[in-house]
Amino acid sequence: MPTPLVVSEVAKTFTMHLRGGTRLPVIANVNFAATAGQCSVLGGPSGAGKSSILKMVFGNYSVDTGQILVKHRDQVIDLARAEPRQILEVRRETIGYVSQFLRVVPRISALDIVAEPLAQEGVEMEDARARAADLLSRLNLPEELWALPPATFSGGEQQRVNIARGFITSHSILLLDEPTASLDAQNRDVVIEMIEEKKRAGTALLGIFHDEDVRTRIADHVIDVSKFSARELAA
Amino acid sequence: MNSQPLLKVSDLSKFYGGRIGCTKVSFDLWPGEVLAIVGESGSGKTTLLNCVSTRLTADVGSVEYRMRDGQFRNLATMAEAERRFLMRTDWGFVHQNPADGLRMTVSAGANVGERLMAIGDRHYGQIRETAGDWLSRVEIGLDRIDDQPRAFSGGMRQRLQIARNLVTAPRLVFMDEPTGGLDVSVQARLLDLIRGLVQDLGLAAIVVTHDLAVARLLSHRMMVMKDGQVIEHGLTDRVLDDPREPYTQLLVSSILQV
Amino acid sequence: MTSAGNLATYNFAYLDEQTKRMIRRAILKAIAIPGYQVPFASREMPMPYGWGTGGVQVTASILGPDDTLKVIDQGADDTTNAVSIRAFFQKVANVKVTTKTGEATVIQTRHRIPEEPLTEGQVLVYQVPIPEPLRFLEPRETETRKMHALEEYGLMHVKLYEDIARNGHIATTYAYPVKVGERYVMDPSPIPKFDNPKMHRSQALQLFGAGREKRIYAIPPHTEVVSLDFEDYPFEIQKFEKPCALCGAENVYLDEVVLDDKGGRMFVCSDTDHCEDRRNAGHVGELGVAQTEAAE
Repeated sequence: MPTPLVVSEVAKTFTMHLRGGTRLPVIANVNFAATAGQCSVLGGPSGAGKSSILKMVFGNYSVDTGQILVKHRDQVIDLARAEPRQILEVRRETIGYVSQFLRVVPRISALDIVAEPLAQEGVEMEDARARAADLLSRLNLPEELWALPPATFSGGEQQRVNIARGFITSHSILLLDEPTASLDAQNRDVVIEMIEEKKRAGTALLGIFHDEDVRTRIADHVIDVSKFSARELAA
Repeated sequence: MNSQPLLKVSDLSKFYGGRIGCTKVSFDLWPGEVLAIVGESGSGKTTLLNCVSTRLTADVGSVEYRMRDGQFRNLATMAEAERRFLMRTDWGFVHQNPADGLRMTVSAGANVGERLMAIGDRHYGQIRETAGDWLSRVEIGLDRIDDQPRAFSGGMRQRLQIARNLVTAPRLVFMDEPTGGLDVSVQARLLDLIRGLVQDLGLAAIVVTHDLAVARLLSHRMMVMKDGQVIEHGLTDRVLDDPREPYTQLLVSSILQV
Repeated sequence: MTSAGNLATYNFAYLDEQTKRMIRRAILKAIAIPGYQVPFASREMPMPYGWGTGGVQVTASILGPDDTLKVIDQGADDTTNAVSIRAFFQKVANVKVTTKTGEATVIQTRHRIPEEPLTEGQVLVYQVPIPEPLRFLEPRETETRKMHALEEYGLMHVKLYEDIARNGHIATTYAYPVKVGERYVMDPSPIPKFDNPKMHRSQALQLFGAGREKRIYAIPPHTEVVSLDFEDYPFEIQKFEKPCALCGAENVYLDEVVLDDKGGRMFVCSDTDHCEDRRNAGHVGELGVAQTEAAE
């Protein structure tokens, strides 16, 4: 099985300069790989560094030491050392991300927010909008909301826009940060179904799921993050 | 991906007598990339912008620009005629105060058409049509084409200034606090407009701002300046979500939450 | 003690020889770079700025004892400005003066070019109030000079664009900008645009003097002079519906003359010499009287 994502000996410490330079070690010696067609779940108690790992893989947090190797196009790129524009290119083509919260852009409709990643891949805007509409209706977002900017949407509605935006592309790696947290049971089932489809399409999924039920339904293997905890290592 | 940067800035320094304007700044800018320069007043960000855009002469260092023929040219040694031609065709400059970038006493249409006439367009009807197209792209009604910017609101003036700059399809646009001095609601509209245009036209841009929200929304990459030096530099969301330098952490923690 | 006859007199043509030398140098440079505004050390003249001090200094510097001078103001030889400048040079240079365009070797003018085509060897000296054509839109002299140097003339068309946008046609009727020798854009002084085509490849040397602004520029004989325009709004000169009321001339520039307080008016040649010539030759307009009858 191909592993498009390999995380190797990664460590991360935050330095809080505004707190007198307090050093806050989060994780050390993180080692795991994500396999194509499978869903790997980061497990462990909150505060163990699950989100930080996800953000490092997305290039959103810097990496102190270690490597994050991603198969991008025909080469392997180390995201821990990559140039900003390489990271942007990887995000455009290889790694998708469904964050916990939607970052709202003023004046842009929900439909266009969802269609945007596909348009950036070079798909015609009209086709991208059609795909976006499919996803939004599948996620039961009322059609009258599609043309509105999601700033005033409820948490669950925003989350569904966010999920659609993450799932619209066919990136080979998809990161999921609590995508089902604020969804009702019906929509949670839709998301699980969509994750299953991604797996069948050969996507490597890496996610955080607090919901026990969801986790057992989709996880192919669980990575216990507490064993990477730098705090316990330090203690 | 383009294999060559559009602009190469190396070791740029500017001094005002004994005071530092900006010092030892190096970066590359790639086609289609938006770079934000942030920092508080007096940090040297506007000095840097002016040096890069050749409005100021740097004391040390060089700025090289890749011309349309693919050749890199050192802007400091380029003949003035050629540099000025470059500035009004392949570049744009959006000033914080629209009055600095517009001709306040000629009509909106002529403000947009000026660059076309400067490169030799001599057909009134076509110039006017192009100007009209651009006015609608920046959401200014066609019925205002013959009005002078003096009669426009601040937000409209700024949008007109953007249209005036983009009409010759530049590859690089400099913006100095493009949303400064505008009401928040007007700012949001303008930001959204700039964001859309930059994306649609594949523009490279250097945006100076003290507003981190503007940087987050517009830029791919950002540089944080303090006392004339670049102290942190990287992917915009990385710098904002995981700031490493003490000063950057202070800046980020100072953002007011609504 | 000296007798009254030995009192210091004016130098020939009022200006001292060193000043004339300086001005001639400026004129030579202006001729060498057609349309370029050459700065010169304009002198105080015994008349106020705005009365043609620039033109007078140029005339004074090129005038020789054998020259014949004609001075016109708005085309007429008999208006205040023309009369006093003519009298000035009669007094300080003692040159021959004339009202006949064909007889003059030097013609100083304010706001017109004579109707009769000028010939080789003649010099036309214009009085210029504002020499900088770009000033209307760009008040900074440092910037306009740079624009001339780098041939950045887009702004000139902005002015014409504004004209069309506001009036539906190019409404500039005088001081209409021209491009000289395919290089410099030039303000032809406030002549009507009707006269612009006369500058093109003129056989005469044309000199422009701006006294207050301290600039001299020139169009050498046979130089290309093109009026700026748009492809879809080409340059056009004024057309008059009727011929001159006195001499019946067509295709000449006419002035409006009010005849009474009941709205009566007539249009007559602005070039008085031309009109007189025609009437002497027997041409009679609608309101004119034949010269022979008038004599009776």
